[in-house]
Amino acid sequence: MSAIWVTIIALAVATTALKLAGPLLLGGRDLPAAAIGVIELLASALLAALVVVETFGKGRSLTLDARALGVAFAAVVLARRAPMIVAVIGAAVVTALARALG
Amino acid sequence: MRAGIRRGLPFGAAVFAIAVSYGVLARPVMGTVAPIVMSVIVFSGAAQFGSLAIISAGGTTGAAIAAGVLLNARYLAMGLALAPSLRGRALSRAAFGMTVVDSSWAAASSEGGRFDPWFMVGMTVPQYPGWVLGTVVGVLAGKALGNPNALGLDALFPAFFVALLFEEVRGRRRVAAAGGGAGIALAMTPLVPAGLPILAAAIAAAAASRMRS
Repeated sequence: MSAIWVTIIALAVATTALKLAGPLLLGGRDLPAAAIGVIELLASALLAALVVVETFGKGRSLTLDARALGVAFAAVVLARRAPMIVAVIGAAVVTALARALG
Repeated sequence: MRAGIRRGLPFGAAVFAIAVSYGVLARPVMGTVAPIVMSVIVFSGAAQFGSLAIISAGGTTGAAIAAGVLLNARYLAMGLALAPSLRGRALSRAAFGMTVVDSSWAAASSEGGRFDPWFMVGMTVPQYPGWVLGTVVGVLAGKALGNPNALGLDALFPAFFVALLFEEVRGRRRVAAAGGGAGIALAMTPLVPAGLPILAAAIAAAAASRMRS
């Protein structure tokens, strides 16, 4: 089997295991109040981390490129209550324009 | 579930576009069939783009697998958070667990640390075919499309996460968790392998949970 297929199968198994560990091991059980307080805030923390890593990350370094302009555009129009689809398509257009001009 | 599907439709469209760019980039490195199979059985942008980058750069199989696993390590935390909201048999909990993707999981998160599992399933429903079909289109039409980044497709994901963040972040503690999470992820990106900075952002959630609301 080629290296590529080994990678695909290993990542399919690993991703499934990571997704299922919580639901299978502690599914349906009630957690202590302290854990619930953390879980409630987890989406905010992880979403913000995903935003900055996908906007400024380039492998293991940080970089400022056209993506930042696109994402900044999305943030500004969302703050002005634009619909999500406008913000997202606008982000791609602004990024593409900045690359074409830059 | 219907509300989730409606909410997921624009995400399905964006995921389609991102998968096209994955197919375009993967085709010369992995061939025609492998990227499509990977989208069907791995269904994870982070792991697929991350492992592709390492394979393209001539890295080892072990390095490609390790990067993919680290990039998806956040699923462990997300699954643990979701677990108390899943009642029922192991098989049904597993089926719900498989539908976790970042956007659906975050949008299904609600007050009191609870999740709406059917909303999450609904939101993932348009995204799975979007991901697989986009990969097929990217692999087959790759040469005609040129460089996908020229279209700004790499800004789609972060822009979507910003949109979700705007809905999610209400109140001091969530603002603190988001600000802290972003800061931790930025600070750790140069220091540790990709994927871990996102997982480490969970520390900000733990710290913010000790604040008064």
